Amino acid sequence: MAFQILVNLIIAVTWMFLSISFKPTTFIVGYLLGLFMLFFLRKSFSTRFYMEKVWAIIKLVLLFLKELTLSNISVLKLIIKPEMPIRPAIFAMPTVLEKDWEITLLSSLITLTPGTIVIDISDDNKTLYIHSIDFEDIDDAVKSIQDTFEKAILEVSRS
Amino acid sequence: MTVIANILIIATISFGTIFILVTAIGLIRLPDAYSRAHAASKSATLGVMSILLGVFFHFWLIEGTFNSRILLGIAFLFITGPVGGHMMGRAAYLSGVKLWDKTVRDDLAEVVKKKRENLK
Repeated sequence: MAFQILVNLIIAVTWMFLSISFKPTTFIVGYLLGLFMLFFLRKSFSTRFYMEKVWAIIKLVLLFLKELTLSNISVLKLIIKPEMPIRPAIFAMPTVLEKDWEITLLSSLITLTPGTIVIDISDDNKTLYIHSIDFEDIDDAVKSIQDTFEKAILEVSRS
Repeated sequence: MTVIANILIIATISFGTIFILVTAIGLIRLPDAYSRAHAASKSATLGVMSILLGVFFHFWLIEGTFNSRILLGIAFLFITGPVGGHMMGRAAYLSGVKLWDKTVRDDLAEVVKKKRENLK
């Protein structure tokens, strides 16, 4: 990904030199031209076209914002209820992610989802220990949410 | 235009204030340290973020200055908020703070116990 961005920047600068105008607009035109070139030459790189990865990152950020809002509304509902119907628990969740930054990202996302907080991560990075604020009804829902998160993170880290 | 801007500013700032108020209530009402960490790490993050967003909109749309520092502040809060919640929960657990009315308490207790025995 970094290599393709570098090639794209070099094409943009080359375009500025070709057209003897060193303005930001020329740079943007050159960058778009480079994007087209990279798109047509995408088979010659060993990794995939980098805009796909950028799109995956944008989708992950949107997912993050959505989950943040939803989790806040659910915590708000929980706090406002007059009786306190919560059953906290700590449960283990296995994860397929391997790199450190992926696990950090996943635990940040889990911490911001409704009713879950990451308490500890095992030493071999295979299991996350999650404190859930309402275990009974939330277990399956949380599993499915984390499946979508893991899938989105894998989509970003796929080369 | 100014009407829309004002609505946007008022909406974001009051949204944030409500969430911070709820956080404060939650810190009083929730029973144990871990469920308090839920309230503190989520609602406070979103509340402060939307207040900052409202301030950003005010200075951008009404005063006409684009203050990028506020955006950076939002990004930093976004990154550090959940990590803070996680560290508080972990420190509380490892120093032996009791859980409240627990139903299922999976592996973590055994794992920590085993690790303590290995350390001895």
